[in-house]
Amino acid sequence: MSRSTLRLAAELAGPLALVGAVALVASNLSTSDQTDAINVLVTVTIVIGLYVFIGNSGVISFGQISFVAVGAFAAGILTTPVTTRQTTMPDLFGFLARPELTNVESILLAAALGSLFALIVGLALMRLSGLAAGIATFAVLEITYNILANWAKIGPGPTTLASVPVTTGVAQATVGCAVAVLAAFAYQRSRSCRLLRASRADALAARGIGVSIVRHRLGAFVLSGAICGLAGALYVHELGSINVTEVYLALTFSTLAMLVVGGSQSLWGATLGGVLLGILSSFLSNAENGTTLFGFTFTLPNGLSSIIFAILFVGALMLFPRGLTRNREFLAKMLGERSAQRGVPEGAPITSSDGGSPGKAPDGASAPAPAARAAAGAEPEH
Amino acid sequence: MTVVGYLVDAVSLGALYALIAVSVGLVFGVLRQVNLAQGEVIAFGAYSLWLMRTLPTWLAIVLCFGVCIAASLVLQVTVFRPLRGASALATLIATFGVSYGLEALWLIVFGPSGNTVSMLTNLNDTVIGGAVALRWITLVEIGTAAVLLGGLLLLLFRTTLGMRMRAVAEDLRAARLVGVRIGRVVTWAFVLSGASAAVVAILTTVQTPLVTPTFGLTLIIVALVGVVLGGLDHLGRATAGGFVVGFVNSLLGSVLPEQQLVYVTSLTFLFVVVVLVVRPAGLLAPRGASVERV
Repeated sequence: MSRSTLRLAAELAGPLALVGAVALVASNLSTSDQTDAINVLVTVTIVIGLYVFIGNSGVISFGQISFVAVGAFAAGILTTPVTTRQTTMPDLFGFLARPELTNVESILLAAALGSLFALIVGLALMRLSGLAAGIATFAVLEITYNILANWAKIGPGPTTLASVPVTTGVAQATVGCAVAVLAAFAYQRSRSCRLLRASRADALAARGIGVSIVRHRLGAFVLSGAICGLAGALYVHELGSINVTEVYLALTFSTLAMLVVGGSQSLWGATLGGVLLGILSSFLSNAENGTTLFGFTFTLPNGLSSIIFAILFVGALMLFPRGLTRNREFLAKMLGERSAQRGVPEGAPITSSDGGSPGKAPDGASAPAPAARAAAGAEPEH
Repeated sequence: MTVVGYLVDAVSLGALYALIAVSVGLVFGVLRQVNLAQGEVIAFGAYSLWLMRTLPTWLAIVLCFGVCIAASLVLQVTVFRPLRGASALATLIATFGVSYGLEALWLIVFGPSGNTVSMLTNLNDTVIGGAVALRWITLVEIGTAAVLLGGLLLLLFRTTLGMRMRAVAEDLRAARLVGVRIGRVVTWAFVLSGASAAVVAILTTVQTPLVTPTFGLTLIIVALVGVVLGGLDHLGRATAGGFVVGFVNSLLGSVLPEQQLVYVTSLTFLFVVVVLVVRPAGLLAPRGASVERV
């Protein structure tokens, strides 16, 4: 096998193996610990969803958790027994009150709804970059939260949706997570993603060589929406109940932290960050309820996990902005990748793309190189 | 209450949000970076007022200024300085992280149910009772905001420091080339921003004495909406935007029935999205202003 084939194999095998390892450990755990492991797998799925858009496009989005929320509520409501729905949510629209879906149907529907919602949002927002994109996607999250938390015709409103069938076991969470890995991998090998990454490296130069940035961003956004919707369905079927506050700021923050700590520009980074911080998060939230470690029983104050996450997150942004994986795919350095990052200034993951500040255009003379190189990366090497 | 009462209330809330917008806008003007953690600086001030509830009021107020300015400077040194050179986006998400962490810290230290700051409570007495129901605090808010905004204008346009700040805002590199000490100007921007945060902390806690862990983030998000609507790039427009959002929020709050009130958030944010897409430089910006988009 040539090196490039090996590298390609490693790029896919690394994340898959990590997911497999978590699944293997999970299947040998006691029931209560198993729930934590399943939660890690679902969280990794969400982080991969974030990566597909944020990592590849270099545009921030605080809004992807909206797609998780829509997926979770759609899958949750439509699998709850009809009779239960009539008593707990009497105001539902007919199309939500009557049909009762099977588990798999609900997951597929959640993915479809996630991508549809992303398409609608994306059509409006994909022209935005930098700060404007950050604020606009934040607005999307706020709107989704506000409507889900109040409108009794489409869901439980401020109350908790309960009696959702608990069907996400280790097997299903693993399959869901693996599907996300495969989709993200297939996408990042595609021409569209290469062009999107070219625009991340240098928007002006990418446009100069005829890349329709909006179209490629939209593609990534919709795929990300589908993965997030799918993760939402897995999430609700894991918990058996869901409140809209569980798919809002806290989840947005923790998954974004995982992506940044892992390395936002590689699939391996997203997977590794999700797994490591997912495990940490489970451990901390157990410790907030009292836990035993090395024979000591202790209880951490409620909220400490958020502080630790915040410190990791901000520390990562400052000290190693390219994350634990330095934005490389699995074993890429060992297998001799010609760094696609070469020529791009030593910079932050989400940051190096569009330089941020309005009115300070990048220096035209040195611009085309990284973009062209990233685009050229689509060609197989000799 | 009468229409006059509603309007006065709306003006006072508008004034408050204008002050928050100023504290965000000052830093943005100099560094081109949004400080989402500014709300937590305000929360710092509010909680410090609660901690100092046994001290004489004047001392508590003075110390509150000290706390807010110190918090603002610490933020500059620990977050903004290390991220200088990174894009505006890195700071936006870093300060999002900071505010999230601080919110959790408030939760641990002060508990989830909130603390009541009972300071200057007599400001809540009515000046004119009956139909107008005008409270002293309303007048104080409007007065303070007017004085401070006027003072800021004088500072920016009539002093050397103000001229330097405007120069840095205009073009950092050029300002450095002509000998402006960037570090000093940035420090001053954070000092002023911290001071206006202290004013907001004091006024807000007098009006609504309950300080909860989400206090800061709630304020800053609404103010940020205003800043974006007005136009982030320009301090005057950002302030005006903050005022408009406070004004409209207060007015809708008194006019709409509870049932429809819950969706005001959605409408506000939808409006933000539309403005960002259609007029990304802000509603109040002149046509053709520079925008950042593809």
